[in-house]
Amino acid sequence: MTISSVFNIGLVVLILGIGASTIAAREAFAAVIAFVVYGLLLAIAWVRLSAVDVALTEAAIGGGMTGMLMLGAVARLRFAKGNDSPASLPARLAAGVLCAVIAAGLATAILVPPEVIPTLAPAVMDNLAQSGLGNPVAGVLFVYRALDTLLEKVVLLLALLGVWSLAPDSVWGGIPGLRVYAQPDRTLTFLAQLLPPVGIVVAIYMCWVGAKEPGGAFQGGTILAAMWLLVMIAGLQSVPSISQPWLRLLLVIGPMIFLAIGLAGFVLASAFLAYPSGYAKALIVAIEFALTLSIGVALGMLAAGPPERVQQP
Amino acid sequence: MNLAFDIFTVSAVSAGALFFLAGTVGLLRFPDSLTRLHALTKVDNLGLGLVVLGLLPQANGLFSALKLVSIWLLVQLSGAIITQLIAGAVRLRGPHG
Repeated sequence: MTISSVFNIGLVVLILGIGASTIAAREAFAAVIAFVVYGLLLAIAWVRLSAVDVALTEAAIGGGMTGMLMLGAVARLRFAKGNDSPASLPARLAAGVLCAVIAAGLATAILVPPEVIPTLAPAVMDNLAQSGLGNPVAGVLFVYRALDTLLEKVVLLLALLGVWSLAPDSVWGGIPGLRVYAQPDRTLTFLAQLLPPVGIVVAIYMCWVGAKEPGGAFQGGTILAAMWLLVMIAGLQSVPSISQPWLRLLLVIGPMIFLAIGLAGFVLASAFLAYPSGYAKALIVAIEFALTLSIGVALGMLAAGPPERVQQP
Repeated sequence: MNLAFDIFTVSAVSAGALFFLAGTVGLLRFPDSLTRLHALTKVDNLGLGLVVLGLLPQANGLFSALKLVSIWLLVQLSGAIITQLIAGAVRLRGPHG
């Protein structure tokens, strides 16, 4: 047994342990913290499997952003002090059974794989050079499965609409409240002054390097969202009301540019979401930058939650 | 020369790992939140610092080395600030608030 398989086994045991403690935790807060640790450990596991793109996304979205959303939910529940009675037994049973079915399905797929595992990876590597991209993951996302990628971004906007819809009618179009996260504090203000310049550079780098190496719009967008949230939570920048035209424009600009280039593909490259030859990389980088901006704003507003008060004129 | 670099890496990373171990023991054994935070910050600063220092000779060029150092600096910054915030919350509301 080599030292790296000892490390791998240790990592798997740790992941299973943290996963179990996420379920077993009695308090929602402890469960969320365990979930964040679970996400970070999973990111290390993805690195061990040489899937650095997935690892970055897992760390950014799975651990970071989802963790923040759930911490916000826990804090909101505490503020609301509503009925914190546990869900009814049938509901918990149903959730348990559904989770077990999914786990069993995944276990079957992994433990009993087909004789010859179907893969398109060699075909991707053979044709990647045509797109001008160096990162096969970006190639799959923006060339071969561009429709999925486009719809993924639209789903993000739908999720945001869902959050906004939770607002009572009286404050529709108002300003989300971030007080659930932290009270403004001088130490936090210091961090919010120091970190964003670094973070914004890292986000742009992440998005730019995505064409060639692991990285991309989602990872960059998450960092952008984190920086924006930090500045808003520290109170250095006010939270915009959700009816601001610039905010709504930023939210849709990524998917809109993606869709426009996709539609132009009908004329210029004879298929929806096809790129004219020679311009693929430039167009994809343009789409990625616009998407990074939209994802950043969408994730930031998702974490900010539904509007809570109306803007004073 | 390579052997010297490798020996340096192994000893510096091991020393860093030792700090991580000590910090974890402190986190588990120290009696209250503030002393536990104290144990944690030592790990961030010294443990990670030694690991990064040890990895520098193995870095793929100057650019990668700079990336490693900036990771250490960013962790230092966030570690120090988060510790300060948690300690502030503990002082304000007590260890269980």
